[in-house]
Amino acid sequence: MPVTVNIPREKWTGAIREITIGATSAEGGTRSRRVTVGGETTLPFLHFEGQIPHPPVIAVEVQDRYPQDWSPLLLEAWGDVLQSPTAWAQKAEALGADLIALSLKSASPDGGNTGAAEARETVQSVLKATGLPLIVYGPGQAEKDNEVLVAAAEVAKGERIALGNCEDKNYRTIVAAALAHGHLVIARSPIDVNLAKQLNILISDMRLEMDRVLMDPTTGALGYGLEYTYSVMERLRLAALTGDSMTQQPMICTVGEEAWRAKETKVNVGVPEAWGDWRERSVNWEVLTATTLIEAGADIVVLRHPESIALVRAAIDRLMTA
Amino acid sequence: MALTGLEIYKLLPRTNCKKCGQPTCLAFAMKLAAKQAELSACPDVSEETKAKLAAAAQPPIRLITVSAGSKKVEVGNETVLFRHEKTFYHPPGLFVRVRDTQPEEEVKAIAAQVASYGVERVGMHLGLDGVAVENASGKADSFAACVAAVRSAADLPLILMSEDPGAMAAALEKAGGTMPLVYAATEANWKDMAAVAARAKAPLAVRGTGDLSALANLAESVKGAGVEDIVLDPGVRGLAASLAVSTQLRRLALKQNLRALGYPTIVFAGDGAESAAEETIAAGQAIAKYAGFIVLDHATPASVYPLLTLRQNIYTDPQKPIQVSPGLYEINSPQPASPLLVTTNFSLTYFSVAGEVEGSGFPAWLLICDAEGMSVLTAWAAGKFDAERISKAVKGSGIADKINHRKLVIPGFVATLSGELEEELPGWEIRVGPREAIDIPAYLKVWQ
Ligand code: B12
Ligand code: SF4
Repeated sequence: MPVTVNIPREKWTGAIREITIGATSAEGGTRSRRVTVGGETTLPFLHFEGQIPHPPVIAVEVQDRYPQDWSPLLLEAWGDVLQSPTAWAQKAEALGADLIALSLKSASPDGGNTGAAEARETVQSVLKATGLPLIVYGPGQAEKDNEVLVAAAEVAKGERIALGNCEDKNYRTIVAAALAHGHLVIARSPIDVNLAKQLNILISDMRLEMDRVLMDPTTGALGYGLEYTYSVMERLRLAALTGDSMTQQPMICTVGEEAWRAKETKVNVGVPEAWGDWRERSVNWEVLTATTLIEAGADIVVLRHPESIALVRAAIDRLMTA
Repeated sequence: MALTGLEIYKLLPRTNCKKCGQPTCLAFAMKLAAKQAELSACPDVSEETKAKLAAAAQPPIRLITVSAGSKKVEVGNETVLFRHEKTFYHPPGLFVRVRDTQPEEEVKAIAAQVASYGVERVGMHLGLDGVAVENASGKADSFAACVAAVRSAADLPLILMSEDPGAMAAALEKAGGTMPLVYAATEANWKDMAAVAARAKAPLAVRGTGDLSALANLAESVKGAGVEDIVLDPGVRGLAASLAVSTQLRRLALKQNLRALGYPTIVFAGDGAESAAEETIAAGQAIAKYAGFIVLDHATPASVYPLLTLRQNIYTDPQKPIQVSPGLYEINSPQPASPLLVTTNFSLTYFSVAGEVEGSGFPAWLLICDAEGMSVLTAWAAGKFDAERISKAVKGSGIADKINHRKLVIPGFVATLSGELEEELPGWEIRVGPREAIDIPAYLKVWQ
């Protein structure tokens, strides 16, 4: 008797929230376009089962100081524009970025210790230089994050930027700044479903609408904890689709930062021959980290290498054509 | 899929005769379901029941083995859709394709490279699994000669690719002594191809055209012709379609227990890819999303090494991180004056640090603290790598008798521990090392 196969389709009861970053003049901002992510009603790219209304997008990391600690491969690929965040952002836009992820590294206490005034100036100039929506990151130290992100929020009023990172220790100030100036926040928690949920609840308790919260599950790069991030993202996505409201945020992964910390991408002296050509291997390292996490549910990946941008873009296009 | 106690109960004689040693048939059924009893303990069970239970005990995705010499690739027998639900057990085999239209020397060189490629990562040896030989010429003798060339260059598991059963039979002779995968039976050739595979007792791949009902029927036909070991190529290519169909196949096998499609799959990552990098992305998807065999066309070390790393990551047991034993490790024959470094017993951490110390050429003592298999910062945040644990490790290691100084280097990321550690270890000087392991050689150079 011939077998008839019934294609198994899950009936998901939840959906990911749609979140829009950036505001054009129609919404009171100056961006040339907006970027919307989320809205999925099924697992990544299962078009036969549900809607994937928006493709994942690519943010390109731009720093406000010359990144001398970066892999020589990145320094060479970007060249002189690394000297200026505005030129850098423009080149990123030309290379096909959807978003600029501006990292205010110079505010780091052990790397310049610049303050609110410089942050204001940098954000303003980058907003002028590019029409893309903006993510702004502090240096990752709670006190300085508060100082520069509040300044960024003020100066970017109306632009609907995303402020990162909100962590359990400093979310209050950043959420308040987002509330006051109409921005979004990025809630980052360390690879744990319950911690991610808990932080979202705390943020929602401050009355920030949940369609203004992106969630960063914390990224482990290929070979450096990728599997933990991958599984936590799958679990978060499953929880969201089965109706757990506080896990239904689109996810953002800082792929470039993590992938380019790996020894495999950073250096090429004294490494095994079996690692292969340095440049090719390194780009693969970043790209595979990105595509693996995109297939686990990442809606935004923050990348570093120009070639990675093109490759991840092509992969997204192919994943979106059902 | 395993039956529940109640389902088994319905198949038993239900006389409660107690001959099995259990008070009732239901109790016996429960024991069977929990795998705490053997069916043979019941003398009255029918042949039909035996057959049903045996079928239910079979894994939902059949285990398929392809081998040559001491090398063996086992795929299938997976039990979950998501690795966090338990773990993935059998990593996909990575095969490199050669075509019988390539010059013999080139084919031999590729086979030799596949055989010799290997890399250590986190204390494990990673390598490629075999060669796929394609009958691109369409000629039987070229195909056989190509298989012979590969065999002469390396003793590797093989996938033989041809749609011509005659050519396949000839190639299988050249592959004698190995257990290759025969690829592929199609709607057009399955009778003859199944006969060829059955004769060689080799596993056989069936290739469909995108329709899973047709694929299931093809697999059933092949099975009816005497081939039990089957591999599926659903016949779709491209990232989105491959992801959809591989998910469907895994769900059908695990959730619907559909025997006709309860087999591992084969993926051709290079088909439809426009560059080596695109092929690497497709292979990465296949690793994470359920492939049994992956065939590569561009197997340069710069793509193979990241893919092997991804495979290692995805197939790590989520319940237990890969760990090394705590204790004192000697690197480059340390002397009493050599530096002492401390870190955690997470394998990735240990091998990152040990690798750098070894590469630096400087002798050193490396003390591995029991941090329950966590990385430095994770362990620190979880309270498993604190001053108390480190000082206990120092005291318990006997290192004090082996060195003539009292300096302990801690990882840069946990610089905040130095104060407490100086209290816990009176008389010791706590030195804060660099944050990243790559900077250890430079640090050791100036260490006094
Ligand atoms: C994977 C991961 C996990 C995995 C665990 C992996 C494991 N087995 O350890 C999981 C998901 C389980 C996990 C859990 C947690 N994690 Co975690 N995790 C990570 C992640 C992504 C990668 C860690 C890693 O594997 N790094 C690679 C290894 C090789 O690094 P390493 O051990 O530090 O070693 C390097 C250096 O330290 C140096 N080095 C090592 N030893 C030595 C020795 C000397 C002498 C020297 C000089 C140098 C040196 O060399 C290595 C290479 O450069 C990081 C974030 C990130 N992207 O780095 C967060 C991170 C470490 N986790 C964090 C936290 C908070 C947690 C949790 C406490 C969260 C929670 N409350 O549940 C838990 C704790 C565990 C628990 N309670 O059970 C935080 C720590 C924050 C902080 N600064 O304290 C981090 C930094 C994330 C973040 N930004 O918030 N985590
Ligand atoms: S021996 Fe068989 S029939 Fe008798 S009680 Fe046990 S299971 Fe039931």
